[in-house]
Amino acid sequence: MKVFKISPAELDTMIEQWNKVHVVYAPAMEKQAAASPDCAPGWCRVDGSAALTLLPLLTGPTLASVKPFFFPQPETLLTYTLENTRPDKGMMREPERSKDMQVVLGVRPCDARSVLLNNLPYQEDQFFQANRQRTALVGFICDQTLSTCFCSRMGGSPLDNEGLDLALSRAEDGFIVEVCSEKGEALVTGLELAPAPEGDISALAARRNAGGNPSATELDSLKGSELGTLYDAAMWQSLGEACINCGACTFICPTCYCFDIQDEVVRGQGRRIRYWDSCMFPLYSLHTSGHNPRGQKVQRTRNRFLHKLKYFPDRFGPFSCVGCGRCVKDCPVNIDIREVMDDLMHLTAVE
Amino acid sequence: MISYMPYPVRIDDIVVETEDGNQKSFKLVFENEAHTKAWKHVAGQFAMLSLAGQGEIPIGIASSPTEEDHLLFTVNRAGKVTTALHQMTIGDRMGVRGPLGKGFPVDTEMKGKNIVIIAGGFAVTTLRATLISLLARRSDYGKITFIYGARTPGMLLYRDELQQWAQRGDIDLHVTIDREAPGWDGLVGFVPTIAGQVAPSPENSVALICGPPIMIKFTMPPLEAIGWTDDQVYLSLENRMKCGEGVCCHCNVGPTLVCKDGPVFTRRQVKKLPIEY
Repeated sequence: MKVFKISPAELDTMIEQWNKVHVVYAPAMEKQAAASPDCAPGWCRVDGSAALTLLPLLTGPTLASVKPFFFPQPETLLTYTLENTRPDKGMMREPERSKDMQVVLGVRPCDARSVLLNNLPYQEDQFFQANRQRTALVGFICDQTLSTCFCSRMGGSPLDNEGLDLALSRAEDGFIVEVCSEKGEALVTGLELAPAPEGDISALAARRNAGGNPSATELDSLKGSELGTLYDAAMWQSLGEACINCGACTFICPTCYCFDIQDEVVRGQGRRIRYWDSCMFPLYSLHTSGHNPRGQKVQRTRNRFLHKLKYFPDRFGPFSCVGCGRCVKDCPVNIDIREVMDDLMHLTAVE
Repeated sequence: MISYMPYPVRIDDIVVETEDGNQKSFKLVFENEAHTKAWKHVAGQFAMLSLAGQGEIPIGIASSPTEEDHLLFTVNRAGKVTTALHQMTIGDRMGVRGPLGKGFPVDTEMKGKNIVIIAGGFAVTTLRATLISLLARRSDYGKITFIYGARTPGMLLYRDELQQWAQRGDIDLHVTIDREAPGWDGLVGFVPTIAGQVAPSPENSVALICGPPIMIKFTMPPLEAIGWTDDQVYLSLENRMKCGEGVCCHCNVGPTLVCKDGPVFTRRQVKKLPIEY
């Protein structure tokens, strides 16, 4: 792996260079979050001149996860016309899709990891895969973590570069740049960057080693436990009573990936779109007959947690949670997934 | 790769199946010859019927793979897409995406066995597909018992075929209706009662049961009483679905995805699942 060292001014130049040929996004600050018409909430287009000031090189996760870059809200799956005069009325067409490379700055290690996890169910999904192809993640490994961060508990680390294309970390007088993939390689090709001094590289390695082995998680006992023990737990009742099924946790979650598909027709032009859904909503599982297999709030609350902590690992291996802590921070009734995990762990220990 | 792109098809024929007009069978032919050849399904699988401007719905495939030149879907008018579909006419164009899911094990576990098919109401559709598949290779299977019930004679699907099957002599056919009706001289009684009277032997046998949950619930005890086990019984689940390809998560029953792991499951598998279907 190539490792460079750059000054803040060089970072600014790099971003300006990328901006000439790619579409570059950066995390929005709190106030800008809703004010970006051309990209997802929580992100903004970088205009070359002020690149660095846009980067919140602070602590903890960005306002929004990188989910919308891979799983846009909405994604057009196909298009058609319903105009009566057209001979191709009702014929389904492949949508026109942007092939522009998008570079996302300021990505946190937890969010980078979420893309790898979401890739498991989306392995065969051509839209997700096309978006992965055209998206480069330029991350910042975390200087500090917040009280809501728990990536280490989920098998990640605040210092990880897994899933990133370029990983930047703070060093004295600038940044260390680790080139982690071919896409990352392409981003630095043609830029005259100085190799990182040995001292900086070993300092970073020492920080990582001090963090211990992140892949061993005490939660792994959940994977081997009987579904019935977890499913029938009394704790869901009180949790379901507290939860208002608002769905906020599912939308801000980087690893919640379910979707709805709907047809949308505007003035005779139709498209079939998919957009983020939430298993917190009663409509999610409602049959046309009126029967609803998860008609009760408690069933839906349980479904979300067990999907992350049991159903997903049963099918794919890892937990479907990266410990970014956004749901902990934003839940209006203070439900904390770490407490849910503690309770489940306690259950399996009793078992 | 999953593209969510349906095959273009044309409605070749429409049959109003039931006296209330709510069940129609749609015979679909592919617009493109290559798609006719590319399409390979197994009885018990389903597909997404796609209507531009309306959406998609998962419907069990009622035709057998041996009926090579067309697809058949029998659709109950219930919601937005099915209502729009019921208003369509012969010659109209629509789409089919699939085949999806796992079907009945006609080429594996069912081979060489006696087959007992038990159907209630309009859940008979994929079992029609199965029976036609079995009949196409009749000598691969032992005795075939087909028990089918509907509320009234006019609510029975595929009535012409039921008559043909009755005349064949190589199917033990029991068609029943819930209550006495004028002009009906066949069996009268609920499916579980008839299944109890027929009492098919579990010896070297497999049963496929599709119908309303209440029918399945009451059909099992008389079968269990004569020795049927959960491994011998295949059921088909349904849940709200969007992608049908195991991605969108909508149809999950605990850790199981109806679209990908099913819709066909053994009763033993179903019993292990939380009751979220």
